[in-house]
Amino acid sequence: MMLDDFMTRAALAGIGVACAAAPLGSFVVWRRMAYFGDATAHAAILGVALSLALQISIFAGAVAVALAMALTVTVLTGRGYAMDTLLGVLAHSALAFGLVAVSFLSGIRIDLMAYLFGDILAVSRGDLAVIWGGAVLVVALIGWRWSALLTSTLSPDLAHASGIDPRREQLILTLALAITVAVAIKVVGVLLIAAMLIIPAAAARPLSRTPEQMALFGAVIGAVSAVAGLHSAYLLDTPAGPSIVCVAAIFFALTSFVRGLRA
Amino acid sequence: MSLVSVQNISVGYGATKVLRGVSLEIDPGEILTVVGPNGSGKTTLLRALIGAVTPASGRIERGAGLRIGYVPQKLHIDPTLPMTVSRFLRLPGGATPTQIAAALDRAGVPDLSNRQMSGLSGGQMQRILLARALIGQPNLLLLDEATQGLDQPGSAAFYRQIEEVRAATGCAVVMISHELHVVMSASDRVICLNGHVCCEGTPEIVSAAPEYQALFGTGTGGALALYRHDHDHSHDATCGHDHAHDDSTTKAAE
Repeated sequence: MMLDDFMTRAALAGIGVACAAAPLGSFVVWRRMAYFGDATAHAAILGVALSLALQISIFAGAVAVALAMALTVTVLTGRGYAMDTLLGVLAHSALAFGLVAVSFLSGIRIDLMAYLFGDILAVSRGDLAVIWGGAVLVVALIGWRWSALLTSTLSPDLAHASGIDPRREQLILTLALAITVAVAIKVVGVLLIAAMLIIPAAAARPLSRTPEQMALFGAVIGAVSAVAGLHSAYLLDTPAGPSIVCVAAIFFALTSFVRGLRA
Repeated sequence: MSLVSVQNISVGYGATKVLRGVSLEIDPGEILTVVGPNGSGKTTLLRALIGAVTPASGRIERGAGLRIGYVPQKLHIDPTLPMTVSRFLRLPGGATPTQIAAALDRAGVPDLSNRQMSGLSGGQMQRILLARALIGQPNLLLLDEATQGLDQPGSAAFYRQIEEVRAATGCAVVMISHELHVVMSASDRVICLNGHVCCEGTPEIVSAAPEYQALFGTGTGGALALYRHDHDHSHDATCGHDHAHDDSTTKAAE
């Protein structure tokens, strides 16, 4: 069967993450939440450590800590803390505490690099099911709330006037972000998740005239980057996660160049 | 039966009370203008009407079948967000192409549907926001400083458009403005707000009221007449000059 091949499983995992990351990443770009996404992802390493210590699923632990992190930031910014300071404090503390916590788990031999930079070539059938399950959930969630999310992104007051509660939409986006972070750990690792969110969406921007096009082109660019990145990692013997991000970055440079020519 | 009945509301952000004991009724088909100095709570009142802030006390009764069309003060669209005018007008309700064309027509900008939102001039943007508010066929139109950033003929033209919309659709209009001389003459009723309702009545009554004159001085009474002789001066927001200007700013922005 085709899933027996680890390269096929890796490619499918990458495509799954790209499909979830593009629509979500578009909102991250539009709402200027790039650093917020980064912080949520960094916090997930603490979730990984906790899952290993408590022997629960890594996915569940990462979702829980990423969500807790995102909610804490949202609540505290509402109380007048500066967003960037707050993210700097919480994200890096969570990362540091996570790394320290992992070092206490001496009983288990853990390849920390696998969580920091991903281990897409080791994706199992079970991982694949989790990744695609999470991706479908995220796409369904964002698709369901698409118009409401877009309206709240444009203007919270316009949303209110249309009977939409922008805080609820923000919460939905936060939940989608936590799920995406958790499923992407295996593929690109916590340090490069934000790249998979932002780079394909940003690369799609010059090609798009509507928000829907940007999400769609972003998914295509992300999926092609995943497959091409894996292929080059295989040929050049380079780490797979970073190779995927490199290809996406090249797409970004190309579309920016094309836009530069048109203008 | 009034469309909206605001009964003795108070609104505060933290310790600051922005509105204290404000009551007003909005009747079907009337043009009501709320004037007041900066920080007088005009925008807060409008945000309470759309439900974006909850009053700490008092209540807002919305009549059955109330459909609000809201025109915000300004709308900044992030350059990273691609958005055509027609896509914007389909948010969030999903209007049909016929409804979009009709709303653009009524707002006086029939040819803009394929333009990018980020490339519109200030006047064009205000008319697109008006078109969007009209799509749901509102019986109450709320405008928050809708002519900020427009020159005087531009805002006079915008207010004439509002009067035409009211005449054609019969919707009530609530406007907030500090451009008293332009706005007041277009209104049926004026409320002067400064945390509380200072005075209210027809434009003539309010501009003669001592409370109003204490806030704004007496000079505006004469300026009221300026607008009335201003009708024949046309300055359309979609003229050729604006287009040329747009393209260059779009490029610069990219």
